[in-house]
Amino acid sequence: MSELATRGAIEAVWRIESARLLGGLVRMVRDVGLAEDLAQEALMAALERWPETGIPDKPGAWLMATAKNRALDQLRRKQMLDRSHLAIASDAAGEPAVRPDLESAIDEDVGDDLLRLILVACHPVLSTEARVALTLRLLGGLTTEEIARGFLLPEPTIAQRIVRAKRTLAEAKVPFEVPRGEDLTARLASVLEVIYLIFNEGYAATRGDDLIRHDLCDDALRMGRILAELVPGEAEVHGLVALLEIQASRLRARVGPGGEAIRLFDQDRSRWDQLLVRRGLEALARSEALARPLGPYALQAAIAACHARARTAEETDWKRIVALYDALVEITGSPVVELNRAVAVSMAFGPAQALELVEALSDEPTLREYHLLPSVRADLLEKLDRLEEAGLEFERAASLAQNARERELLLSRARACGRTVDAGPRA
Amino acid sequence: MRVMVIVKATKNSEAGKMPSEKLLGDMGKFNEELVKAGIMLAGDGLKPSSKGKRVRFSSGKRTVIDGPFTETKELVAGYWIWQVKSIDEAVEWVRRCPDPMPGEESEIEIRPFYEAEDFGPEFTPELRAKEEELRAHLEAQAKSKKS
Repeated sequence: MSELATRGAIEAVWRIESARLLGGLVRMVRDVGLAEDLAQEALMAALERWPETGIPDKPGAWLMATAKNRALDQLRRKQMLDRSHLAIASDAAGEPAVRPDLESAIDEDVGDDLLRLILVACHPVLSTEARVALTLRLLGGLTTEEIARGFLLPEPTIAQRIVRAKRTLAEAKVPFEVPRGEDLTARLASVLEVIYLIFNEGYAATRGDDLIRHDLCDDALRMGRILAELVPGEAEVHGLVALLEIQASRLRARVGPGGEAIRLFDQDRSRWDQLLVRRGLEALARSEALARPLGPYALQAAIAACHARARTAEETDWKRIVALYDALVEITGSPVVELNRAVAVSMAFGPAQALELVEALSDEPTLREYHLLPSVRADLLEKLDRLEEAGLEFERAASLAQNARERELLLSRARACGRTVDAGPRA
Repeated sequence: MRVMVIVKATKNSEAGKMPSEKLLGDMGKFNEELVKAGIMLAGDGLKPSSKGKRVRFSSGKRTVIDGPFTETKELVAGYWIWQVKSIDEAVEWVRRCPDPMPGEESEIEIRPFYEAEDFGPEFTPELRAKEEELRAHLEAQAKSKKS
Protein backbone atom coordinates (compact mmCIF):
# COMPACT_ATOMS: atom_id res chain seq x y z
CA MET A 1 0.00 0.00 0.00
CA SER A 2 1.64 3.19 -1.10
CA GLU A 3 -1.28 5.59 -0.85
CA LEU A 4 -1.03 8.07 1.99
CA ALA A 5 -3.71 7.80 4.60
CA THR A 6 -5.71 10.94 5.21
CA ARG A 7 -7.36 11.75 8.49
CA GLY A 8 -10.77 11.12 6.90
CA ALA A 9 -9.73 7.63 5.85
CA ILE A 10 -8.41 6.84 9.33
CA GLU A 11 -11.64 8.09 10.87
CA ALA A 12 -13.55 5.83 8.49
CA VAL A 13 -11.50 2.84 9.61
CA TRP A 14 -12.15 3.84 13.20
CA ARG A 15 -15.88 4.00 12.59
CA ILE A 16 -15.87 0.51 11.11
CA GLU A 17 -13.52 -1.09 13.63
CA SER A 18 -13.95 0.70 16.96
CA ALA A 19 -16.90 -1.31 18.35
CA ARG A 20 -15.29 -4.66 17.53
CA LEU A 21 -11.98 -3.46 18.93
CA LEU A 22 -13.61 -2.28 22.15
CA GLY A 23 -15.61 -5.49 22.42
CA GLY A 24 -12.44 -7.59 22.23
CA LEU A 25 -10.62 -5.37 24.69
CA VAL A 26 -13.47 -5.37 27.20
CA ARG A 27 -13.40 -9.18 27.15
CA MET A 28 -9.65 -9.12 27.79
CA VAL A 29 -9.34 -6.49 30.48
CA ARG A 30 -12.87 -6.62 31.95
CA ASP A 31 -13.01 -2.87 32.39
CA VAL A 32 -14.78 -0.48 30.01
CA GLY A 33 -12.68 2.54 30.98
CA LEU A 34 -9.39 0.75 30.53
CA ALA A 35 -10.56 -0.82 27.25
CA GLU A 36 -11.44 2.62 25.90
CA ASP A 37 -8.08 4.03 26.96
CA LEU A 38 -6.29 1.20 25.16
CA ALA A 39 -8.41 1.65 22.04
CA GLN A 40 -7.70 5.39 22.07
CA GLU A 41 -3.98 4.70 22.35
CA ALA A 42 -4.20 2.41 19.34
CA LEU A 43 -6.03 5.13 17.41
CA MET A 44 -3.35 7.65 18.33
CA ALA A 45 -0.68 5.25 17.11
CA ALA A 46 -2.57 4.84 13.83
CA LEU A 47 -2.91 8.60 13.36
CA GLU A 48 0.83 8.85 13.85
CA ARG A 49 1.92 5.93 11.66
CA TRP A 50 -0.60 5.52 8.86
CA PRO A 51 -0.11 8.90 7.16
CA GLU A 52 3.40 7.66 6.35
CA THR A 53 2.90 3.95 5.84
CA GLY A 54 -0.58 4.02 4.35
CA ILE A 55 -3.49 2.10 5.87
CA PRO A 56 -2.49 -1.52 6.49
CA ASP A 57 -4.34 -4.25 4.62
CA LYS A 58 -6.05 -5.44 7.78
CA PRO A 59 -6.48 -2.23 9.77
CA GLY A 60 -8.73 -3.88 12.35
CA ALA A 61 -6.11 -6.50 13.15
CA TRP A 62 -3.42 -3.80 13.33
CA LEU A 63 -5.43 -1.75 15.83
CA MET A 64 -6.21 -4.83 17.91
CA ALA A 65 -2.58 -5.98 17.96
CA THR A 66 -1.41 -2.50 18.99
CA ALA A 67 -4.00 -2.20 21.76
CA LYS A 68 -3.30 -5.76 22.91
CA ASN A 69 0.41 -5.05 23.21
CA ARG A 70 -0.30 -2.01 25.36
CA ALA A 71 -2.62 -4.12 27.48
CA LEU A 72 0.02 -6.83 27.95
CA ASP A 73 2.65 -4.19 28.79
CA GLN A 74 0.35 -2.77 31.44
CA LEU A 75 -0.50 -6.20 32.77
CA ARG A 76 3.14 -7.25 32.99
CA ARG A 77 3.96 -4.09 34.89
CA LYS A 78 1.04 -4.75 37.21
CA GLN A 79 1.97 -8.43 37.57
CA MET A 80 5.54 -7.54 38.47
CA LEU A 81 4.16 -5.36 41.20
CA ASP A 82 1.71 -8.05 42.28
CA ARG A 83 4.36 -10.75 42.09
CA SER A 84 6.70 -8.94 44.40
CA HIS A 85 3.79 -8.85 46.85
CA LEU A 86 2.78 -12.42 46.03
CA ALA A 87 6.34 -13.64 46.28
CA ILE A 88 6.37 -12.60 49.89
CA ALA A 89 3.01 -14.26 50.45
CA SER A 90 3.84 -17.51 48.57
CA ASP A 91 7.17 -17.82 50.31
CA ALA A 92 5.15 -18.08 53.45
CA ALA A 93 2.52 -20.47 51.98
CA GLY A 94 4.95 -22.46 49.83
CA GLU A 95 2.79 -22.04 46.68
CA PRO A 96 3.75 -20.56 43.31
CA ALA A 97 2.11 -17.33 42.22
CA VAL A 98 -0.82 -17.88 39.80
CA ARG A 99 -0.64 -16.16 36.40
CA PRO A 100 -3.93 -15.38 34.69
CA ASP A 101 -3.84 -16.79 31.17
CA LEU A 102 -4.70 -13.70 29.22
CA GLU A 103 -3.64 -14.77 25.73
CA SER A 104 -6.20 -17.55 25.54
CA ALA A 105 -8.98 -15.06 26.12
CA ILE A 106 -8.18 -13.24 22.89
CA ASP A 107 -9.66 -15.20 20.00
CA GLU A 108 -13.26 -15.89 20.90
CA ASP A 109 -16.34 -15.08 18.89
CA VAL A 110 -16.48 -11.47 17.67
CA GLY A 111 -20.28 -11.46 17.74
CA ASP A 112 -20.26 -12.25 21.43
CA ASP A 113 -17.81 -9.40 22.00
CA LEU A 114 -20.13 -6.88 20.38
CA LEU A 115 -23.16 -8.20 22.19
CA ARG A 116 -21.30 -8.07 25.51
CA LEU A 117 -20.32 -4.47 24.79
CA ILE A 118 -23.92 -3.45 24.05
CA LEU A 119 -25.25 -5.22 27.14
CA VAL A 120 -22.67 -3.52 29.34
CA ALA A 121 -23.37 -0.09 27.83
CA CYS A 122 -27.10 -0.59 28.52
CA HIS A 123 -26.64 -2.20 31.91
CA PRO A 124 -29.53 -1.64 34.36
CA VAL A 125 -27.19 -0.18 37.03
CA LEU A 126 -26.78 2.87 34.77
CA SER A 127 -29.24 5.73 34.44
CA THR A 128 -31.07 5.93 31.12
CA GLU A 129 -29.12 9.07 30.17
CA ALA A 130 -25.84 7.30 30.88
CA ARG A 131 -26.91 4.27 28.83
CA VAL A 132 -27.76 6.45 25.84
CA ALA A 133 -24.44 8.32 25.94
CA LEU A 134 -22.36 5.21 26.51
CA THR A 135 -24.12 3.22 23.76
CA LEU A 136 -23.59 5.96 21.19
CA ARG A 137 -19.98 6.23 22.26
CA LEU A 138 -19.07 2.54 22.46
CA LEU A 139 -21.28 0.96 19.82
CA GLY A 140 -22.04 3.91 17.56
CA GLY A 141 -18.41 5.06 17.53
CA LEU A 142 -19.51 8.68 18.07
CA THR A 143 -17.22 11.22 19.69
CA THR A 144 -18.33 13.05 22.82
CA GLU A 145 -18.69 16.16 20.68
CA GLU A 146 -21.00 14.40 18.22
CA ILE A 147 -23.19 13.06 21.00
CA ALA A 148 -23.38 16.51 22.58
CA ARG A 149 -24.41 18.00 19.24
CA GLY A 150 -27.08 15.35 18.77
CA PHE A 151 -28.66 16.07 22.12
CA LEU A 152 -28.01 19.83 22.07
CA LEU A 153 -26.12 19.59 25.35
CA PRO A 154 -22.75 21.06 26.30
CA GLU A 155 -19.87 18.70 25.58
CA PRO A 156 -18.65 18.57 29.22
CA THR A 157 -22.10 17.32 30.30
CA ILE A 158 -21.82 14.31 27.98
CA ALA A 159 -18.17 13.73 28.87
CA GLN A 160 -19.08 13.70 32.54
CA ARG A 161 -21.96 11.27 31.96
CA ILE A 162 -19.61 8.88 30.22
CA VAL A 163 -16.90 9.13 32.87
CA ARG A 164 -19.44 8.58 35.63
CA ALA A 165 -21.02 5.65 33.78
CA LYS A 166 -17.67 3.91 33.41
CA ARG A 167 -16.96 4.46 37.11
CA THR A 168 -20.39 3.08 38.07
CA LEU A 169 -19.78 -0.03 35.98
CA ALA A 170 -16.40 -0.58 37.62
CA GLU A 171 -17.72 0.01 41.14
CA ALA A 172 -20.74 -2.23 40.66
CA LYS A 173 -18.34 -4.96 39.41
CA VAL A 174 -20.75 -5.64 36.56
CA PRO A 175 -20.14 -9.16 35.21
CA PHE A 176 -19.15 -9.33 31.54
CA GLU A 177 -20.79 -12.66 30.70
CA VAL A 178 -23.35 -12.81 27.90
CA PRO A 179 -26.53 -14.28 29.38
CA ARG A 180 -28.59 -16.83 27.43
CA GLY A 181 -32.26 -17.61 26.95
CA GLU A 182 -34.75 -15.61 28.98
CA ASP A 183 -32.03 -13.74 30.84
CA LEU A 184 -30.73 -12.45 27.53
CA THR A 185 -34.22 -11.36 26.45
CA ALA A 186 -34.63 -9.48 29.72
CA ARG A 187 -31.30 -7.68 29.32
CA LEU A 188 -32.06 -6.89 25.67
CA ALA A 189 -35.18 -5.00 26.74
CA SER A 190 -32.94 -2.25 28.09
CA VAL A 191 -30.91 -2.18 24.87
CA LEU A 192 -34.05 -1.87 22.75
CA GLU A 193 -35.28 0.96 24.93
CA VAL A 194 -32.00 2.85 24.51
CA ILE A 195 -32.00 2.45 20.71
CA TYR A 196 -35.65 3.53 20.58
CA LEU A 197 -34.90 6.60 22.73
CA ILE A 198 -32.02 7.62 20.47
CA PHE A 199 -34.18 7.25 17.38
CA ASN A 200 -37.02 9.22 18.93
CA GLU A 201 -34.72 12.01 19.99
CA GLY A 202 -33.84 12.35 16.32
CA TYR A 203 -37.34 11.72 14.98
CA ALA A 204 -39.34 14.00 17.26
CA ALA A 205 -36.65 16.24 18.68
CA THR A 206 -37.90 17.20 22.12
CA ARG A 207 -35.84 20.34 22.22
CA GLY A 208 -34.43 22.86 19.79
CA ASP A 209 -35.73 24.41 16.59
CA ASP A 210 -35.25 21.59 14.12
CA LEU A 211 -37.95 18.98 14.03
CA ILE A 212 -35.75 16.09 12.93
CA ARG A 213 -32.09 15.37 13.61
CA HIS A 214 -31.31 12.84 10.92
CA ASP A 215 -27.95 11.73 12.30
CA LEU A 216 -29.49 10.35 15.47
CA CYS A 217 -32.12 8.46 13.48
CA ASP A 218 -29.41 6.99 11.25
CA ASP A 219 -27.26 6.00 14.24
CA ALA A 220 -30.18 4.33 16.01
CA LEU A 221 -31.22 2.43 12.89
CA ARG A 222 -27.69 1.24 12.29
CA MET A 223 -27.38 -0.03 15.85
CA GLY A 224 -30.75 -1.74 15.56
CA ARG A 225 -29.69 -3.48 12.35
CA ILE A 226 -26.42 -4.58 13.96
CA LEU A 227 -28.29 -5.97 16.96
CA ALA A 228 -30.75 -7.84 14.72
CA GLU A 229 -27.84 -9.76 13.20
CA LEU A 230 -26.24 -10.43 16.59
CA VAL A 231 -29.38 -11.99 18.07
CA PRO A 232 -31.42 -13.10 15.04
CA GLY A 233 -33.70 -15.27 17.18
CA GLU A 234 -35.10 -12.40 19.26
CA ALA A 235 -38.53 -11.41 17.91
CA GLU A 236 -38.69 -8.00 19.57
CA VAL A 237 -35.35 -6.89 18.11
CA HIS A 238 -36.80 -7.38 14.62
CA GLY A 239 -39.98 -5.68 15.84
CA LEU A 240 -38.01 -2.60 16.87
CA VAL A 241 -36.01 -2.55 13.62
CA ALA A 242 -39.26 -2.83 11.65
CA LEU A 243 -40.74 0.08 13.59
CA LEU A 244 -37.68 2.28 13.05
CA GLU A 245 -37.34 1.43 9.34
CA ILE A 246 -40.98 2.33 8.69
CA GLN A 247 -40.84 5.52 10.74
CA ALA A 248 -37.60 6.53 9.02
CA SER A 249 -39.26 5.96 5.65
CA ARG A 250 -41.46 9.00 6.38
CA LEU A 251 -38.72 11.41 7.45
CA ARG A 252 -38.65 13.18 4.08
CA ALA A 253 -42.40 13.71 4.06
CA ARG A 254 -42.66 14.81 7.66
CA VAL A 255 -41.31 18.35 7.43
CA GLY A 256 -42.86 21.11 5.33
CA PRO A 257 -41.20 23.95 3.40
CA GLY A 258 -40.96 26.18 6.47
CA GLY A 259 -39.59 23.37 8.64
CA GLU A 260 -42.99 22.71 10.22
CA ALA A 261 -44.33 19.25 11.05
CA ILE A 262 -46.70 17.59 8.60
CA ARG A 263 -49.14 15.11 10.11
CA LEU A 264 -49.22 11.55 8.84
CA PHE A 265 -52.58 11.99 7.08
CA ASP A 266 -51.42 15.13 5.28
CA GLN A 267 -48.10 13.71 4.13
CA ASP A 268 -47.33 13.26 0.45
CA ARG A 269 -47.05 9.48 0.41
CA SER A 270 -45.10 9.49 -2.83
CA ARG A 271 -42.22 10.90 -0.79
CA TRP A 272 -42.14 7.96 1.60
CA ASP A 273 -38.95 6.00 1.14
CA GLN A 274 -40.13 2.71 -0.36
CA LEU A 275 -36.75 1.05 0.18
CA LEU A 276 -37.09 1.56 3.92
CA VAL A 277 -40.78 0.60 3.87
CA ARG A 278 -39.85 -2.69 2.24
CA ARG A 279 -37.08 -3.30 4.77
CA GLY A 280 -39.51 -2.52 7.58
CA LEU A 281 -42.12 -4.95 6.30
CA GLU A 282 -39.45 -7.65 5.94
CA ALA A 283 -38.23 -7.11 9.50
CA LEU A 284 -41.84 -7.27 10.73
CA ALA A 285 -42.33 -10.57 8.91
CA ARG A 286 -39.18 -11.92 10.59
CA SER A 287 -40.52 -10.87 13.98
CA GLU A 288 -43.95 -12.39 13.32
CA ALA A 289 -42.36 -15.65 12.24
CA LEU A 290 -40.50 -15.89 15.56
CA ALA A 291 -43.16 -15.14 18.14
CA ARG A 292 -46.91 -14.94 18.68
CA PRO A 293 -48.46 -13.02 20.30
CA LEU A 294 -46.51 -10.00 19.16
CA GLY A 295 -44.49 -7.96 21.67
CA PRO A 296 -44.89 -4.20 22.12
CA TYR A 297 -42.34 -3.17 19.46
CA ALA A 298 -43.68 -5.62 16.90
CA LEU A 299 -47.23 -4.38 17.60
CA GLN A 300 -46.17 -0.78 17.06
CA ALA A 301 -44.40 -1.87 13.87
CA ALA A 302 -47.57 -3.66 12.73
CA ILE A 303 -49.52 -0.43 13.28
CA ALA A 304 -46.90 1.55 11.35
CA ALA A 305 -47.11 -1.10 8.62
CA CYS A 306 -50.87 -0.53 8.26
CA HIS A 307 -50.12 3.08 7.37
CA ALA A 308 -47.21 2.12 5.12
CA ARG A 309 -49.38 -0.29 3.14
CA ALA A 310 -52.18 2.24 2.56
CA ARG A 311 -51.62 4.09 -0.71
CA THR A 312 -53.85 6.94 0.45
CA ALA A 313 -54.83 8.06 3.95
CA GLU A 314 -58.44 7.03 3.16
CA GLU A 315 -57.39 3.45 2.44
CA THR A 316 -55.96 2.96 5.94
CA ASP A 317 -57.30 -0.14 7.70
CA TRP A 318 -58.36 1.65 10.91
CA LYS A 319 -60.27 -1.29 12.35
CA ARG A 320 -57.12 -3.39 12.26
CA ILE A 321 -55.16 -0.54 13.83
CA VAL A 322 -57.71 -0.31 16.68
CA ALA A 323 -57.35 -4.07 17.25
CA LEU A 324 -53.54 -3.76 17.36
CA TYR A 325 -53.83 -0.89 19.84
CA ASP A 326 -56.15 -3.03 21.98
CA ALA A 327 -53.37 -5.60 22.24
CA LEU A 328 -50.79 -2.91 22.91
CA VAL A 329 -52.86 -1.31 25.69
CA GLU A 330 -53.20 -4.73 27.27
CA ILE A 331 -49.42 -5.26 27.35
CA THR A 332 -48.25 -1.78 28.25
CA GLY A 333 -51.18 -0.27 30.18
CA SER A 334 -49.72 3.03 29.01
CA PRO A 335 -52.00 6.11 28.95
CA VAL A 336 -50.03 7.42 25.95
CA VAL A 337 -50.93 4.26 24.06
CA GLU A 338 -54.57 4.67 25.12
CA LEU A 339 -54.48 8.18 23.71
CA ASN A 340 -53.19 6.83 20.40
CA ARG A 341 -55.87 4.19 20.46
CA ALA A 342 -58.47 6.95 20.86
CA VAL A 343 -57.18 8.56 17.66
CA ALA A 344 -57.55 5.26 15.83
CA VAL A 345 -61.07 4.82 17.25
CA SER A 346 -62.02 8.24 15.95
CA MET A 347 -60.89 7.22 12.46
CA ALA A 348 -62.61 3.83 12.60
CA PHE A 349 -65.79 4.66 14.50
CA GLY A 350 -66.09 8.46 14.59
CA PRO A 351 -64.94 11.39 16.79
CA ALA A 352 -67.78 11.19 19.34
CA GLN A 353 -66.78 7.72 20.53
CA ALA A 354 -63.12 8.75 20.64
CA LEU A 355 -63.84 11.91 22.62
CA GLU A 356 -65.33 9.78 25.40
CA LEU A 357 -62.07 7.81 25.61
CA VAL A 358 -60.01 11.00 25.68
CA GLU A 359 -62.20 12.57 28.39
CA ALA A 360 -61.58 9.46 30.49
CA LEU A 361 -57.85 10.15 30.26
CA SER A 362 -58.07 13.78 31.36
CA ASP A 363 -57.33 13.01 35.02
CA GLU A 364 -54.37 10.80 34.17
CA PRO A 365 -51.42 12.30 36.10
CA THR A 366 -48.78 11.06 33.63
CA LEU A 367 -50.48 13.01 30.83
CA ARG A 368 -50.86 16.30 32.69
CA GLU A 369 -47.92 17.98 30.96
CA TYR A 370 -48.30 16.06 27.70
CA HIS A 371 -49.19 18.42 24.84
CA LEU A 372 -50.70 15.67 22.71
CA LEU A 373 -53.63 15.13 25.11
CA PRO A 374 -55.13 18.61 24.55
CA SER A 375 -53.98 18.42 20.94
CA VAL A 376 -55.97 15.22 20.29
CA ARG A 377 -58.93 16.51 22.24
CA ALA A 378 -58.84 19.74 20.21
CA ASP A 379 -58.75 17.78 17.00
CA LEU A 380 -61.82 15.75 17.99
CA LEU A 381 -63.71 18.84 19.14
CA GLU A 382 -62.91 20.50 15.82
CA LYS A 383 -64.31 17.50 13.95
CA LEU A 384 -67.45 17.70 16.09
CA ASP A 385 -67.72 21.37 15.09
CA ARG A 386 -67.21 22.62 18.66
CA LEU A 387 -64.73 25.23 17.38
CA GLU A 388 -64.62 27.52 20.42
CA GLU A 389 -63.54 24.67 22.74
CA ALA A 390 -61.22 23.26 20.05
CA GLY A 391 -59.38 26.59 19.70
CA LEU A 392 -58.84 26.81 23.46
CA GLU A 393 -57.48 23.27 23.57
CA PHE A 394 -55.09 23.89 20.66
CA GLU A 395 -53.76 26.91 22.55
CA ARG A 396 -53.31 24.84 25.67
CA ALA A 397 -51.48 22.19 23.66
CA ALA A 398 -49.21 24.87 22.15
CA SER A 399 -48.31 26.16 25.61
CA LEU A 400 -47.21 22.64 26.61
CA ALA A 401 -45.30 21.77 23.41
CA GLN A 402 -41.53 22.06 23.79
CA ASN A 403 -40.55 21.95 20.15
CA ALA A 404 -40.78 25.34 18.42
CA ARG A 405 -42.02 23.88 15.13
CA GLU A 406 -44.73 21.86 16.78
CA ARG A 407 -45.87 24.89 18.76
CA GLU A 408 -46.25 26.83 15.51
CA LEU A 409 -48.42 24.12 14.00
CA LEU A 410 -50.70 24.03 17.05
CA LEU A 411 -51.05 27.82 17.13
CA SER A 412 -51.96 27.91 13.46
CA ARG A 413 -54.67 25.34 14.10
CA ALA A 414 -55.95 27.42 17.01
CA ARG A 415 -56.17 30.37 14.64
CA ALA A 416 -58.03 28.24 12.11
CA CYS A 417 -60.63 27.59 14.82
CA GLY A 418 -61.20 31.33 15.06
CA ARG A 419 -58.91 32.12 17.98
CA THR A 420 -56.89 35.33 17.78
CA VAL A 421 -53.54 34.16 19.01
CA ASP A 422 -50.54 36.30 19.80
CA ALA A 423 -47.76 34.95 17.57
CA GLY A 424 -44.97 36.31 19.77
CA PRO A 425 -42.94 34.25 22.25
CA ARG A 426 -44.93 32.65 25.03
CA ALA A 427 -44.02 32.45 28.65
CA MET B 1 -25.57 9.56 3.99
CA ARG B 2 -26.72 7.09 1.41
CA VAL B 3 -24.46 6.00 -1.42
CA MET B 4 -24.82 3.84 -4.49
CA VAL B 5 -21.81 1.62 -5.01
CA ILE B 6 -21.60 0.71 -8.66
CA VAL B 7 -19.67 -2.28 -9.97
CA LYS B 8 -18.59 -1.48 -13.53
CA ALA B 9 -18.85 -4.04 -16.29
CA THR B 10 -15.96 -5.84 -17.97
CA LYS B 11 -15.54 -7.96 -21.08
CA ASN B 12 -16.32 -11.10 -19.10
CA SER B 13 -19.35 -9.69 -17.29
CA GLU B 14 -20.69 -8.39 -20.61
CA ALA B 15 -20.14 -11.86 -22.09
CA GLY B 16 -22.40 -13.24 -19.34
CA LYS B 17 -19.60 -15.26 -17.77
CA MET B 18 -20.75 -16.36 -14.32
CA PRO B 19 -18.47 -15.67 -11.32
CA SER B 20 -16.47 -18.58 -9.92
CA GLU B 21 -17.66 -20.49 -6.88
CA LYS B 22 -14.82 -18.95 -4.88
CA LEU B 23 -15.84 -15.42 -5.84
CA LEU B 24 -19.47 -16.15 -5.00
CA GLY B 25 -18.38 -17.41 -1.59
CA ASP B 26 -16.13 -14.40 -0.95
CA MET B 27 -18.84 -11.98 -2.07
CA GLY B 28 -21.35 -13.75 0.15
CA LYS B 29 -19.04 -13.28 3.10
CA PHE B 30 -18.48 -9.62 2.24
CA ASN B 31 -22.22 -9.03 1.97
CA GLU B 32 -22.69 -10.68 5.33
CA GLU B 33 -20.13 -8.26 6.82
CA LEU B 34 -22.04 -5.32 5.33
CA VAL B 35 -25.30 -6.56 6.81
CA LYS B 36 -23.70 -7.17 10.21
CA ALA B 37 -22.28 -3.65 10.17
CA GLY B 38 -25.81 -2.33 9.61
CA ILE B 39 -24.92 -0.38 6.45
CA MET B 40 -26.31 -2.51 3.62
CA LEU B 41 -29.75 -1.43 2.42
CA ALA B 42 -29.92 -3.22 -0.92
CA GLY B 43 -27.82 -4.69 -3.67
CA ASP B 44 -28.00 -6.88 -6.75
CA GLY B 45 -26.20 -8.00 -9.86
CA LEU B 46 -27.35 -7.10 -13.35
CA LYS B 47 -27.49 -9.19 -16.51
CA PRO B 48 -25.22 -8.10 -19.39
CA SER B 49 -26.30 -5.18 -21.53
CA SER B 50 -27.20 -7.60 -24.34
CA LYS B 51 -30.36 -8.29 -22.32
CA GLY B 52 -31.00 -4.57 -21.83
CA LYS B 53 -32.65 -1.82 -23.80
CA ARG B 54 -32.26 1.93 -23.97
CA VAL B 55 -34.72 4.64 -24.76
CA ARG B 56 -33.08 7.65 -26.36
CA PHE B 57 -34.65 11.10 -25.96
CA SER B 58 -33.71 13.48 -28.72
CA SER B 59 -35.53 16.66 -29.81
CA GLY B 60 -38.87 15.36 -28.60
CA LYS B 61 -38.44 11.93 -30.19
CA ARG B 62 -38.12 8.67 -28.28
CA THR B 63 -36.17 5.85 -29.90
CA VAL B 64 -35.80 2.36 -28.45
CA ILE B 65 -32.33 0.85 -28.82
CA ASP B 66 -31.57 -2.82 -28.16
CA GLY B 67 -28.43 -3.95 -26.29
CA PRO B 68 -25.61 -4.87 -26.20
CA PHE B 69 -24.03 -1.45 -25.73
CA THR B 70 -20.45 -0.46 -26.34
CA GLU B 71 -18.20 1.44 -23.88
CA THR B 72 -18.06 -1.65 -21.68
CA LYS B 73 -16.21 0.15 -18.86
CA GLU B 74 -19.02 2.66 -18.47
CA LEU B 75 -21.73 0.00 -18.14
CA VAL B 76 -23.06 -1.21 -14.81
CA ALA B 77 -22.74 -4.85 -13.77
CA GLY B 78 -24.12 -4.57 -10.25
CA TYR B 79 -24.81 -2.19 -7.40
CA TRP B 80 -25.25 -1.80 -3.65
CA ILE B 81 -27.05 0.86 -1.67
CA TRP B 82 -25.31 1.63 1.61
CA GLN B 83 -26.10 3.90 4.54
CA VAL B 84 -22.77 5.28 5.77
CA LYS B 85 -21.51 8.18 7.85
CA SER B 86 -19.18 9.58 5.21
CA ILE B 87 -17.92 8.82 1.72
CA ASP B 88 -14.60 7.88 3.34
CA GLU B 89 -16.39 5.09 5.18
CA ALA B 90 -17.80 3.83 1.87
CA VAL B 91 -14.31 3.94 0.33
CA GLU B 92 -12.94 1.93 3.24
CA TRP B 93 -15.64 -0.71 2.75
CA VAL B 94 -14.98 -0.91 -0.99
CA ARG B 95 -11.27 -1.44 -0.26
CA ARG B 96 -12.34 -4.55 1.65
CA CYS B 97 -14.48 -5.87 -1.21
CA PRO B 98 -13.16 -8.97 -2.97
CA ASP B 99 -11.94 -8.26 -6.51
CA PRO B 100 -15.29 -8.43 -8.37
CA MET B 101 -13.72 -9.25 -11.75
CA PRO B 102 -10.66 -11.44 -11.12
CA GLY B 103 -8.23 -11.55 -14.03
CA GLU B 104 -9.52 -8.32 -15.52
CA GLU B 105 -9.08 -4.68 -14.66
CA SER B 106 -12.30 -3.32 -13.20
CA GLU B 107 -13.65 -0.42 -11.18
CA ILE B 108 -16.16 0.20 -8.42
CA GLU B 109 -17.64 3.68 -8.29
CA ILE B 110 -19.20 5.36 -5.24
CA ARG B 111 -21.88 8.00 -5.75
CA PRO B 112 -23.72 9.79 -2.95
CA PHE B 113 -27.49 10.21 -3.19
CA TYR B 114 -29.04 13.65 -3.11
CA GLU B 115 -30.58 14.16 0.31
CA ALA B 116 -33.39 16.48 1.40
CA GLU B 117 -30.91 19.01 2.78
CA ASP B 118 -29.13 19.29 -0.58
CA PHE B 119 -32.21 20.80 -2.17
CA GLY B 120 -33.20 23.40 0.34
CA PRO B 121 -36.74 24.71 0.70
CA GLU B 122 -37.16 25.56 -3.00
CA PHE B 123 -37.53 21.89 -3.79
CA THR B 124 -40.54 21.03 -1.67
CA PRO B 125 -43.43 19.75 -3.79
CA GLU B 126 -45.50 22.87 -3.09
CA LEU B 127 -42.83 25.22 -4.33
CA ARG B 128 -41.94 22.99 -7.22
CA ALA B 129 -45.59 23.07 -8.30
CA LYS B 130 -45.51 26.85 -8.12
CA GLU B 131 -42.36 26.97 -10.16
CA GLU B 132 -43.93 24.78 -12.83
CA GLU B 133 -46.99 26.98 -12.86
CA LEU B 134 -44.79 30.00 -13.37
CA ARG B 135 -42.88 28.32 -16.17
CA ALA B 136 -46.12 27.34 -17.93
CA HIS B 137 -47.31 30.89 -17.57
CA LEU B 138 -44.12 32.29 -19.09
CA GLU B 139 -44.26 29.82 -21.95
CA ALA B 140 -47.85 30.77 -22.67
CA GLN B 141 -46.82 34.43 -22.67
CA ALA B 142 -43.95 33.77 -25.05
CA LYS B 143 -46.26 31.90 -27.41
CA SER B 144 -48.86 34.64 -27.45
CA LYS B 145 -46.15 37.20 -28.24
CA LYS B 146 -44.94 35.17 -31.21
CA SER B 147 -48.35 34.77 -32.76
